[in-house]
Amino acid sequence: MGSPTTRKATAQTGVIEPEPARGGSRPWVYLLRIAGAIAIPVVAVVLLWATFNYLRRTDVNRALIVVVAVVVGVGGIFFLYWAMNRVVGFLPARYREGVRPYVFVGPCLVILAVFLIYPVINTILISFKDSTSTGFVGLDNYKFVFTDHDMLIAIRNTLGWIVLVPLLALSVGLVFATMADRLNRRGETLAKSMIFLPMAISFAGAAVVWDFVYSFRPQGFGSNIGLLNGIVMGLGRNPVPWLDQKPWNNLLLIVIMVWMQTGFAMVVLSAAIKAIPEGIIEAARIDGASELQVFRRITVPSILPTIVVVATYMVINAMKVFDIVFVMGNPEGRGTQVIAERMIAWFFIRGNNGRGAAIAVVLFLAIIPVMIWNIRQFRRQEAIR
Amino acid sequence: MSAVAADDLARPAATAASQRHAASYEPRRGGWFVRITILVVVILWLIPTLGVLISSFRPADLVETTGWWTVFAHPFRSASWTLHNYRTALSAGGFGNAFLNSLAVTIPSTVIPITIASFAAYAFAWMSFRGRHVMFVLVVGLLVVPLQMALIPILRLYTGGAAIGRLVLFPDLDLGGTFLAVWLAHTAFGLPLAVYLLRNYIGLLPSSVIESAKIDGADHFTIFWRLVVPLSVPAIAAFAIFQFLWVWNDLLVAYVFLGGTPQNRVLTIALQQLVGARGENWEVLTAAAFISMALPLVVFFSLQRYFVRGLTAGSVKG
Repeated sequence: MGSPTTRKATAQTGVIEPEPARGGSRPWVYLLRIAGAIAIPVVAVVLLWATFNYLRRTDVNRALIVVVAVVVGVGGIFFLYWAMNRVVGFLPARYREGVRPYVFVGPCLVILAVFLIYPVINTILISFKDSTSTGFVGLDNYKFVFTDHDMLIAIRNTLGWIVLVPLLALSVGLVFATMADRLNRRGETLAKSMIFLPMAISFAGAAVVWDFVYSFRPQGFGSNIGLLNGIVMGLGRNPVPWLDQKPWNNLLLIVIMVWMQTGFAMVVLSAAIKAIPEGIIEAARIDGASELQVFRRITVPSILPTIVVVATYMVINAMKVFDIVFVMGNPEGRGTQVIAERMIAWFFIRGNNGRGAAIAVVLFLAIIPVMIWNIRQFRRQEAIR
Repeated sequence: MSAVAADDLARPAATAASQRHAASYEPRRGGWFVRITILVVVILWLIPTLGVLISSFRPADLVETTGWWTVFAHPFRSASWTLHNYRTALSAGGFGNAFLNSLAVTIPSTVIPITIASFAAYAFAWMSFRGRHVMFVLVVGLLVVPLQMALIPILRLYTGGAAIGRLVLFPDLDLGGTFLAVWLAHTAFGLPLAVYLLRNYIGLLPSSVIESAKIDGADHFTIFWRLVVPLSVPAIAAFAIFQFLWVWNDLLVAYVFLGGTPQNRVLTIALQQLVGARGENWEVLTAAAFISMALPLVVFFSLQRYFVRGLTAGSVKG
């Protein structure tokens, strides 16, 4: 990336900013600028707050509320940045460029501090307290996490999710992307869109979709309208209560996640495959490599960095999985608990803050090694670049 | 290196070889094996959705008593099709209201994090200031925090504020059940990924463009607004689709911060409640599910080309 001289030039132009010659020296101008710098954000906040209070009203037409909400939400954020930039413009010239970067980064950091960093610290504290967060109980909650029967099942199941979801979604996505690459353009777009389709479906929607596959009704409680039982009965056998088959029901739930996430893996990997120089593959073919050899020796190694990114993303997603297990129903009875689902169950349903928080902290700690591994991969990549 | 050399050597040979061994190049444009495999996978992937789509157009008693695949026996019998389910779901289920709420949640929850993340990503990539690298690592590190972990403390902040002694750190704004509460939460949860992706992309923009704008006297705000944002449209669009799908399909955040009252609930919550309240009423459920899918599908199909190009721009180059 550029020779040392151009880099030095970059650094210099970064420092030398165009400085407007007007104002700044007389004290009343100085005061006026400071006053302006304070007044603009105050006015902005008051204005926005007034509209937010309007949004709380219940007697107004809902469609109008929604329109106002969208306009305020979208316009408000642009307005805030514009106002802050004006404020910086009012500051004395010599502070201006020193302050501006913090105006750009500030909102991001403030929001993350309030909404992510503070909760992490808070949850860690709560995890050492009892169910109502009144007294300290030491490590009792953590002892619970690693001894409770349901928790152990949840840990086992989550391990299954972490291994199987990325493995299945990546391999199907990779093979499909490689094959779709050989279709004509329209066929490829169509095929890929069909695989991506489930990404656009909510977990709640997916639950409805898969109810029609796994549905089971015992004798005398209506006819079986689930697809799997339709097939089983078509073969002349008795219908099976699919979701009650321990521990295979976990696999059936994992299939749902794979069905939803393969599209993401496929789309990203497909783009990476397209970036492999055509010549390399052609050359290998001319040298007599079979399609399988081209795939194993050229395609896969070339897109390895992308595979790492996608795999990491999928592992983190599988660790945090909650929705599918929750909406498909009765995790405890069916033995389909997962860690994130346990956390919600203890925190929200049973109201035990300490145990819920301890489970969350364990989940948080479990993700850290994945991130470290990922950052190492990135470093290696950047070293090559 | 060797690959490039092989490429150069192969070129002239390729044209000659392609005439002689035309048959061996055919697989490039898909042999039967490839086509059939793809067809099978596509059908496997579509079948679950197809079942719901067909069921949503069938009368209640038929959905209850026969499998959806039985329609193929008599596809043109008019008695086996109806629009009634959609009418019921839209009116009785209160889905119109829920659809509006979903819009009010999703649009700002997509725009706000993108705006904040773009400004931050620009600063991380092109401005020099103290603590730049530490801050960036911190932001990306927060990708790790599970969403569930943050819900309760945020809810407490919203309903009670936070203070150390008499020093108020976060005022009690009584935000529970407001749109602003959900926007801010979704913004925070989307920010680490957004900053990460956008910083990668914005950092790869040619520095000559930005330097020459500086020499022409443009300040950072102008450069960002007039130059960097238009150049980053693919990455921004990619994240926008991602965030849109995620917020639109989210159940948990909306449930915790907005609640499940008929006034406030979003589409996913309405759908979830329909499952709970109606239990076995398949027919309304199916129509409801498709109503909730409609907008994401439109967004995806209209913007999918950006999604591919933008999201991978950073990762593929390495």
